[in-house]
Amino acid sequence: MKRYDAIHALVQALDGNELLISSNGMISRELITVKDAPQNFYMIGSMGLSSSIGLGLAISLSNTQIVVIEGDGNVLMNMGSIATIGHFAPQNLLQVVLDNECHDSTGGQPTVSNTARLEEVARVSGYRVAARVTTEAELVKVLRQSLGKGPAFILVKVEKGSVKGIARVSHSPEEIRGRFQQAVRMISG
Amino acid sequence: MVSASQFCGMLKSYGFNFCTGVPCTILKDIILCLSSDPDLPYIPATREDEAMGIATGSCLAGKQPVVMMQNSGLGSSINPLASLDILYRIPILLLISWRGYQGKDAPEHLLMGEAMLKMLEALGIPYQVVSEDNPEAAISASVKAMRERGIPAAAILKSGIVQ
Repeated sequence: MKRYDAIHALVQALDGNELLISSNGMISRELITVKDAPQNFYMIGSMGLSSSIGLGLAISLSNTQIVVIEGDGNVLMNMGSIATIGHFAPQNLLQVVLDNECHDSTGGQPTVSNTARLEEVARVSGYRVAARVTTEAELVKVLRQSLGKGPAFILVKVEKGSVKGIARVSHSPEEIRGRFQQAVRMISG
Repeated sequence: MVSASQFCGMLKSYGFNFCTGVPCTILKDIILCLSSDPDLPYIPATREDEAMGIATGSCLAGKQPVVMMQNSGLGSSINPLASLDILYRIPILLLISWRGYQGKDAPEHLLMGEAMLKMLEALGIPYQVVSEDNPEAAISASVKAMRERGIPAAAILKSGIVQ
């Protein structure tokens, strides 16, 4: 599965009332290309912190589904976040990890996710759902089962490589923040 | 000197309603006080940069967060400050304990004790040092700077002021 196709399948499976946090690099660039929306918080820096931002949102907005989309490199930078999320266990938090076993955005340098079973770390840390999927159909199936029943961790095995010539995130960081906060008010009432 | 419960009451009076961080001996009474306070819940983070991320999420959700940390943790927080909270303009109050003040502390605190204020200045983060005579003045000025500029501001807490 290509990462872009995984993001496309994920976005299609959601109903549009979720808040999405996408990690820096190619993941945010592919998400904005699949579907730009005010409820997408595109990170362009602070690598590793997408799940922590998701936790802060999930604790504060207990009736709103939060979806974090990040890579294996992000998870490995902030493993403590898995322990904190498992402890506080917000049911409205879904963490989707697009695992290509490398830092694709900086030239494909290998990570160690080929040997570290990240979804098992999530499972033993207290996540209610922890799955590894390899097809779009499996991703959509587990995702639908996970919404509102988290914390959930779905590790999606994806191929290395990006869509050629993909656009950068065109909104300024302040625009991303401002429209996301408006979306929060709309969605969470 | 001010009691921890008075200090926490002051934070709440400025609208703060979400707290996260990593402990320090200087902050221990404040954290203990918050652990049983539903109006200003404290979420323990594993690292200070994680705390910055959690606080950022809470702020995006409409909360007014405080991050507590020892100044050693400022080192771990530089990247989230520079590439998340200042970049996206996310106001967070940083309550940073000052280990290594005036060179009187364990060796691991001395360099950061000396460098901390210069690091905040280099990042353009407004800060106030909490004084023994009037602790509220520093909190008030930090909150004002934070809200006017829409970025994190720091209140620096030395040992012996909050007990």
